[in-house]
Amino acid sequence: MNYKTENIKQINVSKPLKLDCGQTIKDFPLAYETYGKLNEAKDNAILVFHALTGDQFVSGINPVTKKEGWWVTAVGPGKAIDTEKFFVICANVIGGCMGSWGPKNINKKTNEPYGLNFPVITIKDMVKAQETLLDHLGIEKLLCATGGSMGGMQLLQFCTTFPSRTFSAIPIACSASHSAQNIALNELARQAIMADPVWDKGKYIKKNIQPKNGLAVARMVGHISYLSEKGMQEKFGRKLQEKADYEFSFDADFQVESYLRHQGYAFVERFDANSILYITRAMDYFDLTKQFEGGLAGAFQNQKIKFLVISFSSDWLYTTKENKDIVIALNASGADVSFSEIKTDKGHDSFLVNEPEFLKTLKGFIDSMHIKFKNEKRI
Amino acid sequence: MKKEFKVIADLLPENVRVLDVGCGDGSLMNLLIEKKNIDARGLELEQENVKKCIFKGLPVINGNAETELHQFPNQSFDFVVLSQTLQAFYNPEKVLKDLLRIGKSVIVSIPNFGYWKVRTSLLFFGKMPVTKTLPNYWYNTPNLHMCSIKDLFNFCESKNIKINKVVGINGDKTSEIKKSNLEIKNLFSKLGIFLIG
Repeated sequence: MNYKTENIKQINVSKPLKLDCGQTIKDFPLAYETYGKLNEAKDNAILVFHALTGDQFVSGINPVTKKEGWWVTAVGPGKAIDTEKFFVICANVIGGCMGSWGPKNINKKTNEPYGLNFPVITIKDMVKAQETLLDHLGIEKLLCATGGSMGGMQLLQFCTTFPSRTFSAIPIACSASHSAQNIALNELARQAIMADPVWDKGKYIKKNIQPKNGLAVARMVGHISYLSEKGMQEKFGRKLQEKADYEFSFDADFQVESYLRHQGYAFVERFDANSILYITRAMDYFDLTKQFEGGLAGAFQNQKIKFLVISFSSDWLYTTKENKDIVIALNASGADVSFSEIKTDKGHDSFLVNEPEFLKTLKGFIDSMHIKFKNEKRI
Repeated sequence: MKKEFKVIADLLPENVRVLDVGCGDGSLMNLLIEKKNIDARGLELEQENVKKCIFKGLPVINGNAETELHQFPNQSFDFVVLSQTLQAFYNPEKVLKDLLRIGKSVIVSIPNFGYWKVRTSLLFFGKMPVTKTLPNYWYNTPNLHMCSIKDLFNFCESKNIKINKVVGINGDKTSEIKKSNLEIKNLFSKLGIFLIG
């Protein structure tokens, strides 16, 4: 990636953080962005956790890539998460590459980029790092925390590790433990990167180059998994890319090929290959059922947080069943939980695109929670 | 407010945990929360209704009572309410058994097929009845297992399900139904509300 990440908001996390791998870190950067204003009562803060390839730039124009924020469909003035009413916070995960501590950062001990010397981090490590941001911003309790995909996984971790720090939570299209299929797809992405000779066991970063081909293939795998079979058929079918007939070559004859190549190579411009390795690993290690006695229901014991779990009918990456397992566990522990399955052909991507039923549900829940949270604060 | 919901609210004590199966747009849940400070949860099949509940801040789970009641642990609610849907299930006996497993008590209401207008419709006109409580025609009714108050009464007795109270509703009038007045109330009640378990 060629972008400069100098002029973005960062805090220095000075508090020591013991990682799941055993290593303790301190004095590391955490990059973040906020939208809207925190009101005086501090009852309007919403924390967003980003997904695998996301970053802190949720809304507006991403100042680094100059493209729209990854969740402009849902977050902004007058949107479902209305930044004229709410104070929206998002941090770049550790292990990422948009300003937070990650494998492309300089290891102070060696004065070289970490590369594969970066410790293997977990979803829990990411969440613990982000909790310090709430202290920095002076927010004791959030109105709501939300996130889709890996963002949803971080959210579930956040709710079990810091149950008193949010009033409500909306996990979207996620899972409480990464499935074999998802681990397999992540492995495919990692192997694509590692098979690129430029990768060179992660040392490419010292040479200021990027294993573009491997990273692009990794991204293509992702893009296939974000769509549904039906959605893909409707969007591309067998349509040819700006040509009347087959070229009898291996160029991108089909529109779907052209789409994947475009997505793959555009991604290379903004993301670090080693970050993909580390973040996908964190997702694979995620298993909330293992962390608590009594499995998932044990994880959610004594939860006061009001949950809304949302799944999408055509999502085969994080299926409705996996999302329902979260609901069942929350029910079993007596937690306050709502669940909605949105009927759509847009696959896992549904939470990122304009899906009116989803956005209406999101807005309805957050607005009703705001009223309840204000009442709770008054008492 | 529907008379039926008022009767159900009156049957429930304050501050209990209630699961409303087939909660619709959440009207009953809202009433129970406001009037009785009840911790109410809903289960609802229709997306539109789920959205309405969420907008009102009511906890609702999008799901099918016929196939998804297993997710609720044994005796996890003080009461389970099933309003006018028992007759629409493929297997009402199984659903009822599940409700009695989830709730310490169960409130079931049914449109009464023993109501005199229903009986006369068939008797004099030879047509399947269409009334206010049974508004659909034979070809588009969701009701698969119509029964009368007497049927459900006998069913509970035969399955050794304890009947705590039965209330009949006709318009604005309500009356308690006992074994002694079952025949006459079965003829004059549009709706029967059973507190069982």
